Amino acid sequence: MNPSAGSSQPDITYLNHETTVSSWLLTRDHKRIGVMFLVLVILALLLGGVFAMVLRIELLTPGPTIISAMTYNRMFTLHGVTMVWLFMIPAIPSAFGNFVLPIMLGAKDVAFPRLNLASVYIYVAGAGLTLFGMLWSGADTGWTFYTPYSTTSPTAVAPILLGVFVIGFSTIITGLNFITTVHTLRAPGMHWSRIPLFVWALYGTSIIQVVATPVLGMVLLLVCFERVFGVGLFDPARGGDPVLFQHMFWFYSHPAVYIMVLPAMGVITEVVCAFSRKNIFGYKMIAASTFGIAFVGFFSWGHHMFVSGQSTFGSGVFGVLSMLVAIFTAIKIFNWVATMYGGSIDLKVPLLYVLGFIFLLMFGGMTGVAVATTSLDVHWHDTYFIVAHFHYIMVGAVLMAFLAALHYWWPKMFGRVYPERWSFLAASTIIFGFIVTFLPQFLLGNLGMPRRYYQYPAELQWLNVLSTAGASLLAFGFSLIAVYLLWSLRYGEASAANPWGSKGYEWHSGSPPAPHNFTEAPRFEREVHDYTVPEAPRAY
Amino acid sequence: MPTETSPWEEHFGSRENQSKAAQLGMWLFLGSEVLLFTNLFVGYGVYRYYYPEVFVEASKHLAAGWATVQTLLLVTSSLFVALAVHYIRQGRQFLTALVLLVAMGMGVGFLGIKGWEYWKHWTEGALPGEYYRLEDLPVQGGSLFFTLYFLLTGLHAVHMLVALGLLGWLVWGAVSGKYTAEYHIPVEVGGLYWHLVDVFWLFIYPLLYLVE
Repeated sequence: MNPSAGSSQPDITYLNHETTVSSWLLTRDHKRIGVMFLVLVILALLLGGVFAMVLRIELLTPGPTIISAMTYNRMFTLHGVTMVWLFMIPAIPSAFGNFVLPIMLGAKDVAFPRLNLASVYIYVAGAGLTLFGMLWSGADTGWTFYTPYSTTSPTAVAPILLGVFVIGFSTIITGLNFITTVHTLRAPGMHWSRIPLFVWALYGTSIIQVVATPVLGMVLLLVCFERVFGVGLFDPARGGDPVLFQHMFWFYSHPAVYIMVLPAMGVITEVVCAFSRKNIFGYKMIAASTFGIAFVGFFSWGHHMFVSGQSTFGSGVFGVLSMLVAIFTAIKIFNWVATMYGGSIDLKVPLLYVLGFIFLLMFGGMTGVAVATTSLDVHWHDTYFIVAHFHYIMVGAVLMAFLAALHYWWPKMFGRVYPERWSFLAASTIIFGFIVTFLPQFLLGNLGMPRRYYQYPAELQWLNVLSTAGASLLAFGFSLIAVYLLWSLRYGEASAANPWGSKGYEWHSGSPPAPHNFTEAPRFEREVHDYTVPEAPRAY
Repeated sequence: MPTETSPWEEHFGSRENQSKAAQLGMWLFLGSEVLLFTNLFVGYGVYRYYYPEVFVEASKHLAAGWATVQTLLLVTSSLFVALAVHYIRQGRQFLTALVLLVAMGMGVGFLGIKGWEYWKHWTEGALPGEYYRLEDLPVQGGSLFFTLYFLLTGLHAVHMLVALGLLGWLVWGAVSGKYTAEYHIPVEVGGLYWHLVDVFWLFIYPLLYLVE
C-alpha cells in the first residue's frame, strides 16, 4: 500500500533510550522538548476550551443563565488569554517545529539545545504566573488589556500581564534558535532552495517572534508598572495617552496573528504535498509570500483602531496595507489547490483537515478584506462579526493545521498509527462543528450584537443556540480525539518508518527517530517532496 | 549501521560554525533587545511632541555634567572590552582578564553616579507618576518626563547589571584558562552585549540630558 514503508527502523529511539523522569525534565533533545511542549499546549487548549464552553452555555438564554455578569467578563478574558498566549502562539512552532525542524534540515539538534530547554521552563513559569492570576481573581479586561480600564480594574491583572511577559521570552528563544539553526546546521545537499516549506514558514514566524515580542513584553510591563506604581504613561489625568497603548499593543498583537497562522500554512503545505503525491506547485512563490505576509503584517496594526480617533488618512493606509495580506494568502491558496490538481490524492485525515483549513481561511480571509474597509468596519466594529472573523481565520486555521500536524506526525513522534475511521469521524465533526459555531456569529454581528455582552435581545436567541450547539460538537470532536490518540499510544498498531509514503525529508529518520535523529550523516540529493524520482526505501 | 566518526558527529560540525552560530544568535538577541527599548523611545517621542516646553524645563533638573562623565566612562569601557577580544585572540588570558576588570570598574563607576543621581531625585521629589512632587513644573508632562527618565535609565541600569555579571563570568573564565586563542566565542559575544548596552546609553544621554 505504501511504496516506501517498511524500511529499517532504529531499535533505540529517543523515547526508549532513557526513560527516567529526570531524563525528560533535563533533556536537551529537541524531540523530547517538542513532546513536552505538545503536552503543555494541549493542556492549555483544554483549559481555554472549558472557558469557551462556559461562555457558550451562558449565552444560551438572553438573560443570566449559569454565571454572574462579572464571572462572564472573567471567562471571556481568560478564554482569550489562554488561547492566544498559552495555546496558539506556541502550539505549532514550539511543539511540532521543535520536533521536525532539525530533522528536516538533517541536523542533530537545534543550535542552542540548552536555551531550548530553558524555553520550556520559561513557558511553564509564565503559564504558572498566569494561572495564579486566574485562580486569585481572574481578570475582566478582555485579552487586549485596553487602558485605562486595565490599570484600574479591581481584578488580578498584574500577575496575568507578568505571566504573558514571561511567556514572551520563551517565544523569543524559540525564534532565535530556529533562525540560527536554519543558518548554521543544514546537512550537505540542503541548499536554500531545498529547504522544506514548513521550515521556511517557521523562519518567517521566527523573525516576527524576535522582532515583535519584546515590544509586547515592554508594553505589558508598562501597564503593570502603571497598576503597581501609578507611573501614568497611559493615564490622561497625568497627561498620558491611552491610545498610545493601543498602538504599542497592536504593533505586536497584529503580527502575532501571523505568528499563529504562518506555521499553520507551513504544515498545510507539507500535508498537501504528501497526500497529493506531488511536489508543491510554486515553491518560490510560497516561500516568498510567507515573507510578504510577515513584512506587511508589521504595517497593518492600525486596522484595529479605525474607531479610536485615528486620522482618516491613517485608517485608509492601514486598510489598504491590510488588504495586501489577502493577496499573499491567495497566492498560497492557489498554489495548494494547484498542487492537488492532477495529483494522486489520498484522502487521509490530515488532508481532510487541509480542506477544512482552506475553506475556513478563505471565508475568514474574505471577511477580513471586508472589515479592512473603513466604512464597513465602523458598522461591524466590536460586534460578533469581528469575533466570527478572527475565529475563522486565526483559530480555525490554527486548529485545523494543529490537528493536521498532530495526525500527520503522530506516527513520526510516537511510532503508532491512530485509528483511521474514528479520526475521520472526529475530523468531520470538528470541521462541521466549527462552521456551525461561528457562521451564526457573523449574522449576529451584522444584526448588531456587540461582543463581550452578557445579555442580548430575545430575537437573537436562536442564532446563539445554534452557535452553542456547534461548540458542543467541537467539544465532542476533541474528546473523541483525546480518547483515540491516548488509546493508540498503548494499543495502536506499530507504524512503519514512513506510513504515508511521504517524500518529506523528516521521514528520512526512523519513526520514532533515533536519539540523535540519524544513525549516519544524512545527505539530501533531491528536491523536497519530489515524487518523480524513484527512491528505494531508506532511513538513516 | 552507525558509522564511527564523521564531521557530523559534533553538534556544530566545526569550531567556525559554532562561532558563527553563537554570533548570529547574539545578534538576533541584540535585535530583540533594541525592540524592547523601542516602546520607551516611542513614548518619549510622543510625549515630547505633546509637552515640548515642560520637557526642556524638566531636563534642567538632571545633572548633565555628571552624565557626560558617565558617557565617557562607558565609551572608554567599550574600548577595554574591545581590547579584551583582541588579547584573547592572541591567547593572552591574564591581560584579557585585566582589561575586562578595568571595564567592569568603569561600569561600577557609572552605576555609582547613577545611584547618587537617583538619590538626589528622591530627595527633590522628581519621581514618576503619583509620587511626583516637583512644584515648579506642571504635573502633566513633568511627571511623564520623570516616568520616562526612570524607565529608560532604570531599564538601562538593569542591563548594566546583567552585563557586569557577564563580564565577571568572562574574567573568571579567562583566569581559569577556559578561553584560548582557538576558543574564545564567549568573550566575543559577551563583548557584543556590553557594546549594545553602551549604545543604548548613547541614545538615552542626549534625549534626556541634552534637551534644548
